[in-house]
Amino acid sequence: MLLQTAAVVAGGVAPHPLSGTAADWVWALPLLPLLGFVLNGALAIVGSARLGPADPSATDGAGHGDAHAGGHDSGHGVEAAAATATETLADGDAGHDDTGGTAAVHRHPYAGLVSIIGPLVLLAAFALACVICAAMVAVQPVTPFIQRYFAWMPVGDLKIDAAFQLDQLSMVVVLVITGVGALIHLFSVGYMRDDPGYPRYFAYLNLFVFFMLVLVLGANLPVTFVGWEGVGLCSYLLIGFWFSDRANADAGMKAFIANRVGDFGFMVAMFLLFANIGTLQYTEIAAAAPTALAVGGPLVTTVCLFLLLGCTGKSAQIPLYVWLPDAMAGPTPVSALIHAATMVTAGVYLVVRTSMLFAIAPAASLTVCVIGAVTALFAATIGLKQWDIKKVLAYSTISQLGFMFVAVGAGAYVAGIFHLVTHAFFKALLFLGAGSVIYAMHAAYHETHSHEDAQDMRNMGGLRSAMPVTWVLMWIATLAIAGIPLFAGFFSKDEILSTVFARAQGSTLSDASWMGIPGGALLYAVYGICLIAAFLTAVYMTRLMLYTFHGPNRTGDTERAHLHEAPVIMTLPLVVLGVLSAVGGFLNDPAFLPIAPTDLLGRWLEPVVGPATLQLTRGVPAEADPRMSAILAAVASAVALAGILVAVVRLKPAALRPAREPQPPETGIEGLLAHKYYVDEAYDRAIITPTVVLSRNILWRGLDGLIDGVVNLVPRIWRWIGDAGSAMQTGETGTYAWVLVVGVVIVLGTVALRT
Amino acid sequence: MLAESLFFSAILFAIGVVGVLTRRNAIIIFMCVELMLNAVNLTFIAFAQVYGYAGQVFVVFVMTVAAAEAAVGLAIIISIFRHRQTVNLTDINLLKG
Repeated sequence: MLLQTAAVVAGGVAPHPLSGTAADWVWALPLLPLLGFVLNGALAIVGSARLGPADPSATDGAGHGDAHAGGHDSGHGVEAAAATATETLADGDAGHDDTGGTAAVHRHPYAGLVSIIGPLVLLAAFALACVICAAMVAVQPVTPFIQRYFAWMPVGDLKIDAAFQLDQLSMVVVLVITGVGALIHLFSVGYMRDDPGYPRYFAYLNLFVFFMLVLVLGANLPVTFVGWEGVGLCSYLLIGFWFSDRANADAGMKAFIANRVGDFGFMVAMFLLFANIGTLQYTEIAAAAPTALAVGGPLVTTVCLFLLLGCTGKSAQIPLYVWLPDAMAGPTPVSALIHAATMVTAGVYLVVRTSMLFAIAPAASLTVCVIGAVTALFAATIGLKQWDIKKVLAYSTISQLGFMFVAVGAGAYVAGIFHLVTHAFFKALLFLGAGSVIYAMHAAYHETHSHEDAQDMRNMGGLRSAMPVTWVLMWIATLAIAGIPLFAGFFSKDEILSTVFARAQGSTLSDASWMGIPGGALLYAVYGICLIAAFLTAVYMTRLMLYTFHGPNRTGDTERAHLHEAPVIMTLPLVVLGVLSAVGGFLNDPAFLPIAPTDLLGRWLEPVVGPATLQLTRGVPAEADPRMSAILAAVASAVALAGILVAVVRLKPAALRPAREPQPPETGIEGLLAHKYYVDEAYDRAIITPTVVLSRNILWRGLDGLIDGVVNLVPRIWRWIGDAGSAMQTGETGTYAWVLVVGVVIVLGTVALRT
Repeated sequence: MLAESLFFSAILFAIGVVGVLTRRNAIIIFMCVELMLNAVNLTFIAFAQVYGYAGQVFVVFVMTVAAAEAAVGLAIIISIFRHRQTVNLTDINLLKG
C-alpha cells in the first residue's frame, strides 16, 4: 500500500504526457450535451408556457402543454409519422385525433431552434473527442490521464473526488457515444420533428449523452455510478416519453425497477471494495487488487458477482433482461441510442473497467461467460417468433449483449469492446432503419385513418420497392450482425468465438471450475452455445428482412401507394452507419486476414486491459495461431451462411397474412417462443404478485395500520380532553354564573371549615 | 347593631345572587348585580362604625366603579338590543366552545 501511495504521489509530480494537449478539454465533453439539455429544457418550458388555449395539446397532459397529442394505435413515432403533413392532412386529421383537438400536427414553436441545438452539441462533442483522440494517438500514453476537479465526498477514510479518467478504453467508448449519438440526433430531427414534445425529447436525449459520458469518463466507481443512475433516469424518461399512454409509462417504470435490482448489486460491490481495499478509484483498485485480494478468493468473487448483478440489470442479461423488450415503447431513435448502442453496453464497459478484479476471480468470470452465453441463446430463440419489428431487434440486442458478456467473461476484453463498437454501428443502423420503416408505415396508415399496427411485420412485406435505400442499408446491417465475412460483425463475433476457444484450451479460466464443472469444458460448451446463437441470429435477422422487405405487400390496398422513403435527414445517418457497419470490422483486423493494419484496437487497448489479460493467460502473451483462427472463422462464417440459407429456404413471406386477419395458431414450441417462454408471467406470479400482496395486506393494511393507530391515539386523547373542556363553554351566561357561585361557595366553605 | 346590619346586607346580597342566577332579562340581572354591590357597601359602612373610616372610603370607590359600570353596561345592553331586538340572555350565547 505504501509503495503504491508513493507511486501515485510520484505520478502526480511528473506531469502526464497528455496534459497540455487537447486532453485538458476532456471536461468539456460531457458539458456540451449538458448545455444542450439546459437550452432545450428551457425552450421546452418556455414553449409550454407560451402555448395558449388555442393550442390543442395545451388541453391535455399534466401542465406539460407538450404532452403527446396523438395517442393513436400503439403510439410509436406517431406524430413524427405525420411529418409529411400537408394542408389536406391537417384537415382530415380532425376526426382522427383522440384528444379532440382541432389540428393533429402541431409543430412546437421552437422546433427550428431545437433542431439546431440538439444535434449541434453532439457534433461539437464528437469533434472534440476526435481532437482528443488525435492527441492520444500522438502521445500513446501508458497510464490513464486523470483530471481531478474537486473533493466530492471527503468523509474520514473515504475520499472520493469528482474526477474524470481518460484512457484508451474510455476514448473508444466516448467516440462511439458521441459519434453514433450525433447520427441518431440527426435522425431524430426528421423522426420527431412534428411531435409536440420535440424540445423535451431533445433535452432528455442530450441529458442522456451527458450522463453516459460521465459514466464512461468517471475515474472512480461513485462517479461512474452517478452516470449509471443518470442514464437509467433518462432511459425511464424516454421510454415513457409518450406518457399519456399508460402502457408506455408502465414500460418506463418496469425498466427503472429492474435496474434498481441491478444497482443494489453495484452498490454492495462498492461497499465491499471500500471496506476491503479502501479505495474506489479504478487505477488504485487495479493496482491494489492483485496483492490485497487472494486470487480466486471468496471476497473478490463476491465483489465481482455483485458487480455482475449490476451489469445484468443495465445490460439486460438474464435474469434482469425483461425490461429491454418493453423499453421499445419509447421513440425508435431512443431505442437505437440508449437501448442498443450505448447505455445497455455500460455493463460490458464496467466489466472491462474492473477487468483486474474479474481476472483474479475466475469463478466470477466464468459466471459472466455462462450468463452471457445462455442469454445469447435464450434471446435469440425468442427473436425467432416475434412479429413486432422492434421486438425482434430488442431480443437481438439482448442476444448480442450476451455475446459481449461471453467475451468479457472469457477475458477477451478487446473482443468485447470491439463487439460493443461494431454492434453500436449495425444495431443503431437496424433500429434507425426500422424507424424509417415504421415512419413510412405510419404515414401510410395515417393517410387512410387506419388503426393497424405500423410495427407488425405481418403488415409489411415488399417494402423493398418503396424504400430502396433503407432496404439496402438494412441488408448491410443484417449481414454484419449475422457475421458474414468482411462485414463488421464478422470480425468482432469471430474474435469473441476464437478467444473463447483459446481460453478453453489453456488459461486460468480453463483450470478453474464453476459449480463443479471444469472451466475448460464449460468454455467449450459456451463456444458451442455461441455458435448456435450465431446461427439463430442469422435466421431471425433474415426472417426480419424477408418479412419486411420481400414477398408481397400486406399493408393494404389503399395504403400501399402512400409508402415512401424517409427524408434525407433520416437517410443520411443511415448511410453513414451503413458504411461503418460494412467496414467497421477493419478496426481490429485479425492476423490471418491481413488486408488492413492488423490488431489496431487490440494494440490500442493494450495499456488498459493488458495486465488483466496477462493474468488470465499466466503471463504468456496470447498469440493466436493464425491457422486455428482461420478455421474458427471459417466455421463461424459457415454457420452464419447456413442460418441465412435456412431462413431463405424455410420461410415463406408469401404465406403470411396481415395482422388484422385470423392467424394460424401458434402451438408447442412456437407458442412457447411467441410468449417469450412465459418469463414475464412467471416473474409476475413468483415475484410481483407476492410482493404486491405482501405490501398491501401486511405492510399497508397490517403494519401501517398498527403504527398509524398508535401514533394517532396520542392526538386523539388530547382531542377528547379538549372536547370535554369546550363542552363546558355553553355560551349561557346563566350557567357561567351558577358555576361561579358554586365555586365561590366551595372556596369560601373550605376556608371557613378549615379555620 | 352590627349584627343586624350584617344580617340585612347578607339578605340583600343573597337576593341579588338569586336574582342573577334565576332571571333571564339582562336589565334585571344588571339591577341584581347593583343590589349585590350595595349589600357590600352596607357591610363596609357597618364595619366602619367599629373599625374606623377606611370602610367609608371604600364605599365611595365602589359607588364610583358601579356608576361607571352602569354606564358601560347599559350601553352594551342597549346596543345588543338594537342588534337582536332582545335582552334575554338565553338568546345571547354566541361565545361558546
